[in-house]
Amino acid sequence: MKKLSLFALLVLVVRRDLVLAMRRRADVLTTLIFFVMVVSLFPLGVGPEMDMLRKMAPGVLWVAALLASMLSLGRLFSADYLDGTLEQMLLAPQSLSVLVLGKMVSHWMVSGLPLVLMTPVLGLQFDMSMQAIAVLILGLLLGTPILSMVGAIGAALTLGLRGGGVLLSLLVLPLCIPVLIFGTGAVEAVTSGLSVSSHLSLMGALLVLALAFTPWVTAQALRISME
Amino acid sequence: MAINWFKYSAPTTFYGLAGKLIPWFAISAAVLCIVGLYIGFVVAPADAQQGEFYRIIFIHVPSSILSMFLYLIMAAYAAMGLIFNTRLSSMMASAIAPTGALFAFISLWTGALWGKPMWGAWWVWDARLTSELILLFLYLGFISLHASIDDPRRADRAAALLAIVGSVNVPIIYFSVQWWNTLHQGSTIKFTGTSMHIAMQQAMFTMLVACWLYAITVTLMRVRSIILERERHTKWITELAEVKA
Repeated sequence: MKKLSLFALLVLVVRRDLVLAMRRRADVLTTLIFFVMVVSLFPLGVGPEMDMLRKMAPGVLWVAALLASMLSLGRLFSADYLDGTLEQMLLAPQSLSVLVLGKMVSHWMVSGLPLVLMTPVLGLQFDMSMQAIAVLILGLLLGTPILSMVGAIGAALTLGLRGGGVLLSLLVLPLCIPVLIFGTGAVEAVTSGLSVSSHLSLMGALLVLALAFTPWVTAQALRISME
Repeated sequence: MAINWFKYSAPTTFYGLAGKLIPWFAISAAVLCIVGLYIGFVVAPADAQQGEFYRIIFIHVPSSILSMFLYLIMAAYAAMGLIFNTRLSSMMASAIAPTGALFAFISLWTGALWGKPMWGAWWVWDARLTSELILLFLYLGFISLHASIDDPRRADRAAALLAIVGSVNVPIIYFSVQWWNTLHQGSTIKFTGTSMHIAMQQAMFTMLVACWLYAITVTLMRVRSIILERERHTKWITELAEVKA
């Protein structure tokens, strides 16, 4: 067997998970539809005044993205866990952290990226300015991978538990609060004419931090859950 | 003669030690609580700006301090359990969690009671209040993750990992919340009293120590129950006087 470089391994895992996701397009679409639906419910709930909607748009979109990513996190490891693939991954000589990182990346591409791409349309519904939408998208691009990565820790810890889905949200949502704050803060800053660089830099710092530590922590969590 | 402290890292010996210590901690907690409340309510004068309302700090401040410290102590015990694989450390972590959650709740509750007359609102989205609320969520997450895993060893390890991740996240959450708050509004009413009256300080300090002793007492009582429950199949448990009776 030829030895894989770490990057080749990463690409391999990402490709595998993407192929699997494409075979089950309904799952991907459900997350996206959930996102759009939650966002569309807010104007119905709070009334159609454009001033208020414009003000709350970043918060609504971010919270909806947070909830939508919680919804899909349960599937991150469960299919592999049920058919025994995960056990093979744990036994594999390759680094488990890299395998986990690959799964995180593909999870983000399947459940985070579509939300980001959908955001401009929803932003227009809330009458956001072009500039605000651009910052919102930039924030989501930096922030949704963090949600996938931090969420993966929760998904690994709650693997195979009854009522895992609700428990997962309970564990992960408090940990995602900084992402929410910086993401909405950036949009708020740009609409009030301030610089967005501080918010986005901090978000970037969180992304780097998450990238460095969460794959390893998730790998440890998987080992605990699978022993 | 040097005392072998590691002797007490075994549940077998710690069970007896905890049983002997509990009455001392319990009595001193009760005495200090009575003394602290007496100084706080009778000796200490009314505050110049806040009148009698400020007296809630004698329970509010100690419980806030404890809720934060207990999380760190819990995470430290959980980490010890994960790293050294010591059973007792994990038991201590799960024994501390409910007390920590209780103190976080008391802190929020008394804060609300104080906020209504002073700020005119039960709840203000102030940085401290919000981070205390998030701390309560972290406690609840730890407790519910531990409760939903049937195998106690797996539960210990999974919850330990969560506690460690949480404690890394606590400063990030704290500063982000603080920053979020200053972005939205100017600082809310601060505790602007001049230097505190000496009796107030004494009362607060006494209550703080009383709360610490109370936390230690209930943690030891809870850890004894956990030991009894988890080791119920072992011989030494069946030979205990209170089990035989």
